[in-house]
Amino acid sequence: MQTDLDARGFDWYMDRAVAVGVFVGGISAIVFIIGIFLFVTREGLSFVIGPMDLKEFFGSIAWRPTSIRNPTYGILALMAGTASVTGLAMLVAVPFSLGAAIYIAEFATGRTREALKVLVELLAAIPSVVWGFIGLSIMNPLIIDLFDVPIGLTVLNAGVILGLMAAPIMTTIAEDALKAVPDSYREAAEAMGATRWQVVFQVVLPAAKNGLMAAILLGVGRGFGETMAVLMASGHSINIPTSPFDSVRALTATIAAELGDTAVGSDHYGVLFTLGIFLFLVTFVINLTADLVVRGVREQ
Amino acid sequence: MSMFAETSLNQRNRRVEWLVRATFLMMTIILIVPVALILGVLVTKGAPALSWEFLTAVPREGMTAGGIMPALVGTIWIVLVALIASVPIGVAAAIYLSEYAPDNWLTRVINLAIINLAGVPSIVHALFGLGAFVTFAGFGTSILAASLTLAVMTLPVVIVSTRESLQSVPHAFREACWNMGATKWQTIRRVVLPNSISGILTGVILEVSRTAGETAPIMFTGAAFFLPFLPQSVFDQTMAMSLHLYVVSTQVPNVPEALPYGVALVLILMVLTMNATSIAFRVYLRGKRKW
Repeated sequence: MQTDLDARGFDWYMDRAVAVGVFVGGISAIVFIIGIFLFVTREGLSFVIGPMDLKEFFGSIAWRPTSIRNPTYGILALMAGTASVTGLAMLVAVPFSLGAAIYIAEFATGRTREALKVLVELLAAIPSVVWGFIGLSIMNPLIIDLFDVPIGLTVLNAGVILGLMAAPIMTTIAEDALKAVPDSYREAAEAMGATRWQVVFQVVLPAAKNGLMAAILLGVGRGFGETMAVLMASGHSINIPTSPFDSVRALTATIAAELGDTAVGSDHYGVLFTLGIFLFLVTFVINLTADLVVRGVREQ
Repeated sequence: MSMFAETSLNQRNRRVEWLVRATFLMMTIILIVPVALILGVLVTKGAPALSWEFLTAVPREGMTAGGIMPALVGTIWIVLVALIASVPIGVAAAIYLSEYAPDNWLTRVINLAIINLAGVPSIVHALFGLGAFVTFAGFGTSILAASLTLAVMTLPVVIVSTRESLQSVPHAFREACWNMGATKWQTIRRVVLPNSISGILTGVILEVSRTAGETAPIMFTGAAFFLPFLPQSVFDQTMAMSLHLYVVSTQVPNVPEALPYGVALVLILMVLTMNATSIAFRVYLRGKRKW
């Protein structure tokens, strides 16, 4: 019996076809990222090359896209809204999620550790619209009662909600970063007579510095891009906040709130897509930076 | 005096150790307790609204009474169509990254694109869906457009979890198979996939949970504020649970207090049940693994 071992039978062609097929799947992520940028730019382009005035866009607080006589498109107040809410959220989330990550990674053991990890994972799964609803119907009356203020849909409300939302994700990433520090580092330090907390503060944290930075950056990106929770919990007034008890409007919330009322192709429609381009570029830079920071760790 | 008696330095270290430990434990608790309290409030205020009628009736009287059936059914439609679109692409991408991809710049760019796809704000995904699927592809505001938007958005979830479970299959399994003369694809189909299928399922469940909860991407691409009919095809609009929660809590006047709590409770139960299933599945698999 003789068979040609080099025969290109069905299996050979199948193998080639699959290799091509999975390659197409593999590059799909790149295709989609470019697609997102192109399609959002395509709809926003008419505004960018038309009525857009860069100085007004970034420098003015007057966001009046629906004005018939003299529409203005300044996003300064919206950026301040996003920045204040995200900033407060990070103030709430960074210390506690890093603390929780340190506890889970370095102090907790066995079942406690597993239980805490599962709990954090479940917290990360709560949908953003539910968080928005919590801000609206639980936090809002709470803030009004607690601080004796007329309205509870404020920077404080949205910031705390956003902080609670971002914390589980940051905890998970930070915990991964701490776990990535080799055990031999800890053992070496312990062999020198260092106590547990000395090991954590003087060995583990410095070694995991970049990973923790990346966790914080991704948390910032998450807060910056969050839409529904901020839309529902931050109130709707467009202004630069002077205290945590001011209502604001974030960039993302503006798109969500106004897109439904615009005519396709109008300037207002175009400027909302331009906001989209801006959001895309900023999150792109944040993610890229986080990736480079983590890569820096690996190359050490 | 014994040689091993505690010095004052030992004692101080022990106190500091205890203090540090307690501080971090407190921080962990502070992170979890408010959420537990909030969930408690959701359950106590939402439970009275739940009934068989609430789940099976259409909304009535300007959405201030009746049930949530069209929103529940709509969410199931949207999730299923999104899965059909994203699971094959996601699994193919994961197979490529785990089994084929060389360590070169293209693979790095793919990984970066996956991270970015997960990091792009959901409202930007909504703008993309509106521009690409609703307008450019001509699907109109429909389940199809909404589901495709969500499919693109949740693709990283499938890719990352599938890749992880493919990579957990020991390399020796593949080598044994190649040595028998199997092609790469035969190896993947007969050895790698059967050994990782449950891990892939875990990821798919996570994607379902994520898809069901998203709101912004479907607001302008396929979900309707109010539509008391069930969708007949993927080209129809539909109500959805997540958007329904937004609508009854912000857009509709004179809603009885329990109603939005009920919607929120059903939504969160759906999502958390799926996540808990996925986690339980993962723990079970870890115990069963043969290698």
